[in-house]
Amino acid sequence: MIEIRVNGKTLKVPEGVSVAAAIALSGHDRFRRSVAGQPRGPLCGIGVCFECRVTVDGEPHVRSCQLLCWPGMEVCTDD
Amino acid sequence: MTADVIVIGAGIVGAACADALTQGGLRVVVIEPSLAVSGATGAGMGHLLILDENEAEFSITRYSRDRWNQMAMEMPSSLEYERCGTIWIAAVPEELPLLKQRCAFLQSRQVRAEILDSQQLAEAEPNLRPGLPGGLFIPDDAILYPPAAAGWLLKRAEQRGAAVLTGKRVTHIQAWGVELEDGSRLEAHHVVCATGMWTPQLIGGLPIQPRKGHLVITDRYPGFVRHAVMELGYLKSAHGRESESVAFNVQPRKTGQVLIGSSRQFGVTDARPESRIISSMVQRAIDFMPRIAQLSALRAWTGFRAATPDRLPMVGPVANRPNCLLCAGHEGIGITTCLASAGLVSAFILGDRPPLDPKPYAVERF
Repeated sequence: MIEIRVNGKTLKVPEGVSVAAAIALSGHDRFRRSVAGQPRGPLCGIGVCFECRVTVDGEPHVRSCQLLCWPGMEVCTDD
Repeated sequence: MTADVIVIGAGIVGAACADALTQGGLRVVVIEPSLAVSGATGAGMGHLLILDENEAEFSITRYSRDRWNQMAMEMPSSLEYERCGTIWIAAVPEELPLLKQRCAFLQSRQVRAEILDSQQLAEAEPNLRPGLPGGLFIPDDAILYPPAAAGWLLKRAEQRGAAVLTGKRVTHIQAWGVELEDGSRLEAHHVVCATGMWTPQLIGGLPIQPRKGHLVITDRYPGFVRHAVMELGYLKSAHGRESESVAFNVQPRKTGQVLIGSSRQFGVTDARPESRIISSMVQRAIDFMPRIAQLSALRAWTGFRAATPDRLPMVGPVANRPNCLLCAGHEGIGITTCLASAGLVSAFILGDRPPLDPKPYAVERF
């Protein structure tokens, strides 16, 4: 298991898990907001739809389904 | 008689003409072969700015920019108008004297302008590469979203009784009006040709050439860029006659997206985006704002500016074309200058005093 933080809360996840899966494990189903403020979350899971974007270690618009967790990663979803 | 005036073209120039002419109480019909704003208006950046290479360019941009700023209070929020100001950047110390000369010229004409030193420039735009020698800040320049602005001007004209016919192609301009592709005729006292780069198809012998441009838009990164930021060398790219050039020119959008330009190409009619041009344009942007390399781009597209040999629009009567007025050739600054051009057109038709001296923009200068 490794530790990451999702919206400031520490979370233990298995090694090799994607950021999208980790966020889902943490209980979040809303990953970001659209331009119009609508909630958005993972749709395709293969990096094509861009709906699952989150901020990782300060970098915005990272596709969470395409990135594996690393120890100490800071993940932020839209409020 | 169908109308007092037929305006051909529903880009921002035609829209501004329809707005001005209906304000003067005239019955106007706008005829557009495609959809409204499907030409250069829908492809451009939407920078409202003063340029000062020569007196004629200064007069038309100054009048128009100030008019846009006066109209800001009436604009719906969908126009995304923002008085963010322009920062012109000196890339090397050798460019500082020109920057200062431009600043002094603008100040002598009561245009607000100030020189930013290296540190002030870095504070104004933290994502610029460190160590740039300085900038020229023009705080009253603005940006807006051109298709929405043109749509708003058209709507105002329609509220005053104008009709907008889309999907109708004019094939011939006559002294009594126009002939359409479907064989029908529409009569009017005057015809205004606001047809941008397509003008030579209707009026032969005019030196209007398409000048292709590329733009790239990024995902949302609010605050990444705060002003319309351009390199001083943009003027060389815009005013030069090279067959191909790129210059650093970025703009913030209301959504937090960053609009990245610019490129200019003569002699290309294929509208497809060219990766070679996009690469060199984006590389130029990265040279000035290194972190642009980390942004994710959503889309790239192209458009064609209607370029004239002296980069000034052609506005006014056309020789041997009775009752026909041309209003085209606004190159890359038609979003700004459409208001002055429309003011000139309406003054010609109504016999009013023109808002500025029409001579530098007269069609017969070529």
